Amino acid sequence: MTSILYDAPGPRAKRRNVLFSVVFFVLLALLLWWIWQTMDEKGQLEWALWKPFTTSEAWTTYLLPGLADTLKAAALSMVIALPLGAVLGIARMSDHRWVRIPAGAVVEFFRAIPVLLLMLFANEFYVRSTGIPSDERPLYAVVTGLVLYNASVLAEIVRAGILSLPKGQSEAAMAVGLRKSQTMSSILLPQAVTAMLPAIVSQLVVIVKDTALGGVMLGFTELLNTRSTLAANYANVIPSFIVVAVIFVVLNFILTSFASWLEGRLRRSKRSTGAVLGADKVDDVNAAEVGGTYGTGAGGSI
Amino acid sequence: MKLRKVSAAAATALVLALTATACGGDDGGDSNSGSGGGGDKIKIGIKYDQPGLGLKEPDGSFSGFDVDVATYVAKELGYEPNQIEWVETKSADRENALSRGDVKMIAATYSITDERKQKVDFAGPYLLAHQDLLVKADSDIKEGTDLNGKKLCSVTGSTSAQNVKDEIAPKAQLQQLGGYSECIAGLQSDQLDALTTDDAILAGFAAQEQYKGQFKLTGLKLSNENYGIGVKKGDTETVNKINDALEKMVSDGSWDKAVKENFGPANYKHEKAPKIGQIVQ
Amino acid sequence: MFDFLSDYDDPTLLGAFWVTVQLTVLSAIGSLIWGTLLAAMRVSPVPLMRGFGTAYVNIVRNIPLTVIIVFTSLGLANIFGVTMGAPDDFEAKAFRLAVLGLVAYTAAFVCEAIRSGINTVPVGQAEAARAIGLSFSQILRLIVLPQAFRSVIGPLANVLIALTKNTTVAAAIGVAEAALLMKEMIENEAQTLLIGAIFAFGFVVLTLPTGLILGWLSKRLAVKR
Repeated sequence: MTSILYDAPGPRAKRRNVLFSVVFFVLLALLLWWIWQTMDEKGQLEWALWKPFTTSEAWTTYLLPGLADTLKAAALSMVIALPLGAVLGIARMSDHRWVRIPAGAVVEFFRAIPVLLLMLFANEFYVRSTGIPSDERPLYAVVTGLVLYNASVLAEIVRAGILSLPKGQSEAAMAVGLRKSQTMSSILLPQAVTAMLPAIVSQLVVIVKDTALGGVMLGFTELLNTRSTLAANYANVIPSFIVVAVIFVVLNFILTSFASWLEGRLRRSKRSTGAVLGADKVDDVNAAEVGGTYGTGAGGSI
Repeated sequence: MKLRKVSAAAATALVLALTATACGGDDGGDSNSGSGGGGDKIKIGIKYDQPGLGLKEPDGSFSGFDVDVATYVAKELGYEPNQIEWVETKSADRENALSRGDVKMIAATYSITDERKQKVDFAGPYLLAHQDLLVKADSDIKEGTDLNGKKLCSVTGSTSAQNVKDEIAPKAQLQQLGGYSECIAGLQSDQLDALTTDDAILAGFAAQEQYKGQFKLTGLKLSNENYGIGVKKGDTETVNKINDALEKMVSDGSWDKAVKENFGPANYKHEKAPKIGQIVQ
Repeated sequence: MFDFLSDYDDPTLLGAFWVTVQLTVLSAIGSLIWGTLLAAMRVSPVPLMRGFGTAYVNIVRNIPLTVIIVFTSLGLANIFGVTMGAPDDFEAKAFRLAVLGLVAYTAAFVCEAIRSGINTVPVGQAEAARAIGLSFSQILRLIVLPQAFRSVIGPLANVLIALTKNTTVAAAIGVAEAALLMKEMIENEAQTLLIGAIFAFGFVVLTLPTGLILGWLSKRLAVKR
């Protein structure tokens, strides 16, 4: 891939790149070797610690039920947070003050509070004012906390996406006589969602990861929580953490791969991403705005 | 047009996700609820991650002294073992779980203290444990004061390490980790010198196959921990019933049997069965 | 109603939040540096570095922070003997390890934010720089990054806010910050809601001004084109 940040390498640059590559590779290999060696020394590679993961019981009793809860909470939160986020984002750009201001307040408020606290509040709320059975409650609380927080972040992503569209789009829509709601739903939102897809996806990854917070204080039996029960049985704390980390990486990798496949299908023109890396020209879009919004997802969604 | 495509794609994704989790969810539900056949259920709070006291075994069953006591008590209250629904109650959540009515009772290394008595009622005690130290088999820590300048581990939010620091070894350094297994991993790799909590808990870990012979308890009785069965505040009727059940458990020998079964392998020198209502300060 | 707060003197409520602030500031500086380096790697001419940068970001971003933080303690400190210059001072060690974990994690997000900022710099800028014979590192340092930074202040502010809230995870390895104190209070007092509200308020106080100030700054410094 050629980049416009550097010329196609000539013979000297090629040599230098090879040199850098070799040095970098050696350093990396040394690091990995040291990790392997130390783990071996400390007995962390002993088969006894890893063997439990080859038994079906470790998976059916601990990991799979935990994974199921993680997925359930994540899927529910996504399903609810996505439309809610879109609504909040659009509401924040409303022409009416009485819609705009409350929506803005909601978004700012829920973005400012740690998700864990939101989950605690939700749990307490469900205890006091609803009759949700206690074994369902952690799930409800986790989903509520995740939805409140992530809908607020998604709202900002959607809003930024819509703002990044050229003015001409909405002006043209108005010119052909579309109503405001039509402009939004058939002109602006589809383009904004396509443009913001990377940001939206990284927010979905956040949802998957944040389900883990529910295990700490609410006793939600997600993957990290069942891991601790597993480790108490097999006395393999570190291997269990490694296995769980790998599961999360794979899970989120599947999610992001699916999203980039979707993105490829949706994005006909190469707009807004890859101005440098994709080596395309920057559109008439306000570049800073796009960067800001694109980055909102790439960076802001932790 | 594009929106329709987006929403169609999104909908497909959601349906896929939902069906996937729906199936998975059922699995999770089944393994948790056990195979109870008809009749009322009783929910009992225990620990899932403490060998010898309350542990979720690989086959999905539960083992440990707390579990045995709770099973016996439940039976006296009129619930067969298959009518018991075990619920994990982490330390921080025990009072809340009772006051909300999430569980009927809690047998989860639950020490009777004056503070807790203001929020929940206790039956028992059914076991007298002591705060102790777990050290490596070749460690030279013998007295509480040996801990000065040493690294002491406890579980986040627990007061046992702070007690040691305040009253016995002011120069000890405290490390708080998320679970006992984590502390033991640190002990194993010599990053920590001792782990402190109740001896009954420590004995259970020390007796685990993977740890056998590596650790020892110092046998210091740093405090008295009277394990009781927590019940919702004001539920005197249940407290009395449980107390009767516990008395019967001791008198008919089941208590001794449970103690031997669960603590025997750990070589834990447990105290005699405590008298109901007698709290050792 | 609030009198139980005076029972806590090690640390006090303010002391605990002060630790939160320290964690945030140090991790922010560290992750800004490491994140920038990662971003530079991801756009660099050396394929291996690009690969490493991509792999790092994609792996680290996808692991829950709790796992990473616990790893610094159990893995780095216990197995690999990384003591961060404080082998015998636990509080300092846990604190520094937490900073390390937060930096490792947050840097992945900083990297992505900066990379998207690099994308906003018009192609002509880099082309002009190449035309006058600047090297890759010169282009990055003198032309592209300064503009990129100015356009990603908004996203970076979001990362900073998220980082502030993420410091709560450091409680998992016993750093005596706000969340740990909260956990302790909740365990000892029967007022979950009140305690939660106090700490929520504390975080709002920390994060809202950050967002407002940096939001204003990003508007002021935005590259007008």
